[in-house]
Amino acid sequence: MTAELETYDYDVLIIGAGGAGLRAAIAARESGLRTAIICKSLFGKAHTVMAEGGIAASMGNVNSNDSWQVHFRDTMRGGKFLNSWRMAELHAKEAPDRVWELETYGALFDRTPDGRISQRNFGGHEYPRLAHVGDRTGLELIRTMQQKIVSLQQDDERESGDPESRLRVFAEVTITDLLQDPSGTVAGAFGYWRESGRFVRFNAPAVVLATGGIGKSFKVTSNSWEYTGDGHALALRAGSNLVNMEFVQFHPTGMVWPPSVKGILVTESVRGDGGVLKNSEGKRFMFDYVPDVFRGQYAQTEEEGDRWYTDPDHNKRPPELLPRDEVARAINSEVKAGRGSPHGGVFLDISSRRTPEEILKKLPSMHHQFKELADVDITKEPMEVGPTCHYVMGGVEVDPDTAAAAGVPGLFAAGEVSGGMHGSNRLGGNSLSDLLVFGARAGQGAAAYVQGLGDRRPDVDQAVIDAAAAAALAPFEEEGGENPYTLHQEMQQTMNDLVGIIRTADEIERALDRLAELKVRAQHLTVEGHRQFNPGWHLALDLRNMLAVSECVARAALLRQESRGGHTRDDYPTMDPHWRGRNLICSAHGDAIEVREQPMSAMRGDLLALFDTDELAKYLTPEELAAVPAPATHTDGSGS
Amino acid sequence: MSYDAKFRVWRGDADGGDLVDYTVEVNDGEVVLDIIHRLQATQSGDLAVRWNCKAGKCGSCSAEVNGMPRLLCMTRMSTFTETETVTVTPLRAFPVIRDLVTDVSFNYAKARQIPAFAPPEGVAPGEYRMQQVDVERSQEFRKCIECFLCQDTCHVVRDHETNKEAFAGPRFLIRAAELDMHPLDARDDRADFAREEQGIGMCNITKCCTEVCPEHIKITDNAIIPMKERVVGRHYDPLVWLGTKIGLRKR
Repeated sequence: MTAELETYDYDVLIIGAGGAGLRAAIAARESGLRTAIICKSLFGKAHTVMAEGGIAASMGNVNSNDSWQVHFRDTMRGGKFLNSWRMAELHAKEAPDRVWELETYGALFDRTPDGRISQRNFGGHEYPRLAHVGDRTGLELIRTMQQKIVSLQQDDERESGDPESRLRVFAEVTITDLLQDPSGTVAGAFGYWRESGRFVRFNAPAVVLATGGIGKSFKVTSNSWEYTGDGHALALRAGSNLVNMEFVQFHPTGMVWPPSVKGILVTESVRGDGGVLKNSEGKRFMFDYVPDVFRGQYAQTEEEGDRWYTDPDHNKRPPELLPRDEVARAINSEVKAGRGSPHGGVFLDISSRRTPEEILKKLPSMHHQFKELADVDITKEPMEVGPTCHYVMGGVEVDPDTAAAAGVPGLFAAGEVSGGMHGSNRLGGNSLSDLLVFGARAGQGAAAYVQGLGDRRPDVDQAVIDAAAAAALAPFEEEGGENPYTLHQEMQQTMNDLVGIIRTADEIERALDRLAELKVRAQHLTVEGHRQFNPGWHLALDLRNMLAVSECVARAALLRQESRGGHTRDDYPTMDPHWRGRNLICSAHGDAIEVREQPMSAMRGDLLALFDTDELAKYLTPEELAAVPAPATHTDGSGS
Repeated sequence: MSYDAKFRVWRGDADGGDLVDYTVEVNDGEVVLDIIHRLQATQSGDLAVRWNCKAGKCGSCSAEVNGMPRLLCMTRMSTFTETETVTVTPLRAFPVIRDLVTDVSFNYAKARQIPAFAPPEGVAPGEYRMQQVDVERSQEFRKCIECFLCQDTCHVVRDHETNKEAFAGPRFLIRAAELDMHPLDARDDRADFAREEQGIGMCNITKCCTEVCPEHIKITDNAIIPMKERVVGRHYDPLVWLGTKIGLRKR
């Protein structure tokens, strides 16, 4: 079997072809390195296409008061100060350049009256900040970078006669294992063509993980089948760490009906463009849910909130635009209190607030989605919405500047698979910008690493290859084992019910028991048929990743005894400053997952000075507060 | 709320295959893709189908339902009667890999032939200025989710394998139109390319592509016809021809 193994050699291997992966590939190729992109689906179908609202970047096209400092501050507030401050800083500073660059690749964003890139309001962002194309911004981002990659291939074809001489996309390939030399240094990856089931080996001294999230571990999710935590699990098994895994974002507005589309996303732009949330009594309930840390930044009356849309300089924003974790919890509480909609959500209404023409112009995909899938005309009637698992803040622990993964030389990670940037909760719009900023940095980081190696290339023992092949074929060997679909459903139900939006120690412990049991059962799966495009086999292999990642989420959730951002503990309902400075780090030791506390580095003084002492006091311990340099005064008019 | 439906699904591979009959549960509000997934989970674990977003945004689950090119995730079961047999087959214009999965590499090859966006010289990133009304024409075509249903239904592609070499298909004619109408694209030969390399002349405007487009892009009216007019203007208008010949008009 191994004699005929299909093998390729590259300098940089990028696993994942969403926004982060494609941007990393562009950067690596532009550094002159031979680069391969592994795509689990067809090229251009990555989950990034689902992003609707926009790309956050403080270009200041709509409100010139915006700046990277304000964006940084919003990001830290959104993440409840648990963010890697260095990542948040780089992100806020570099996002505008990454967006402008897309225009040179051919992107066509919506425009302001003076011809610049238009920017829209979004939850947690002080100013209109999201570059967008209607409500299909993710599609524009993917298509733009897909076409940029094609254009780089055209350049190569002109130069060498071969369009794939320096940049090749391997579509419909799944990576099952990273390859490492005996010292643990990355040497490549092992996987299979989905189409044929044939194995394929990539030799590459640098691997960039850009595999996205873990949503398929939960029952109600906005994520596609690809989101099985592959990169998270690959990093874990390779000996790297996962950070912040307890923080899972439940987007407040997913569709709740019909059952087959439950979880599919309803963009936050509906609220950014004037939509309001109401309960079964017709009340705009979000005014009752403004938490203390945000009091003073949000309107207290409907009149003021409504005035904000046209006069944001003199009014405060409506509480429908609080960060996602707050809105999701509020909806959860309303439904629990018996004030929900007929199908167990609440009402999101834009029909009574904007004209049909405005709605069709600003939210065409939403109109289309509800019309086609739920037979609801959003220009005439409200939508029914409820929380859906949307994003994992946690991921591979990386060096902020180079995206290098902790503990494994040659391994890099960018985008949703990496952790730290968003702290305990991500702001809408900060994902697409994250993909671009850290995708580019990962591509450059990997290129610099490879260039630093000179001619040295790590070697892999044949036994490692044989073991990877044997593990991938195991589900065909077993007879009379379990159906992978059944196991997957049980795991999703467990995560949804016991490690979902509201958690308690008791429930998380039960989840850990069930996951342990599922882990044993997952070793005896049986799949029908043969290796050619066999979804049952693919799921059997993905399950191993989902189970490992789910265990990380549960273990970290049990350890963190406070509520913050995307982690809400009913038994520890408040935010605790003593937990703020601590990251929870997951690592794998054989089959066991361990989680430990790791103190965070203190934020640089000039960044701390961007916040009022009063605000810092809400997050920091008295000791941390005492160490903060003398308070600065603000002149940029923000925060008012 | 729930009933048993009759399904016929094509099963097989490049060497051949057959329609296979299934009886499968259908619940309120479901789409055809839900039923295919139920078949996978309960009756046929190895039934191959492509899908991703399940919300009509990625264009992966293209197939033919009762002979019509459709996205499986956007075809609601309520459009069929409970006694009707629903037949699901792979896209006919492309070679079958397995079951409902076809080899769509033709489309990626065509995409690579189109010259990329040419950025305007001397305009720095961040300095691009375009009016909304001007970008909207191209934006319509950038809504394309690359489901390739238009390519599948186009009889130039579908019925004549030999045309595939010379004809790019509707998806890539709208790409040419998109670049032609881009306010800042520096190339002025998009129409020439559509004529010479993409075979736009082979399209005889039956509008089948427009009818199947799940994004409701007016492929024929807004892209192909204007591009054909540009081709005619550049190559067949005697005044333009003369002007080009005697140097009054630049190519």
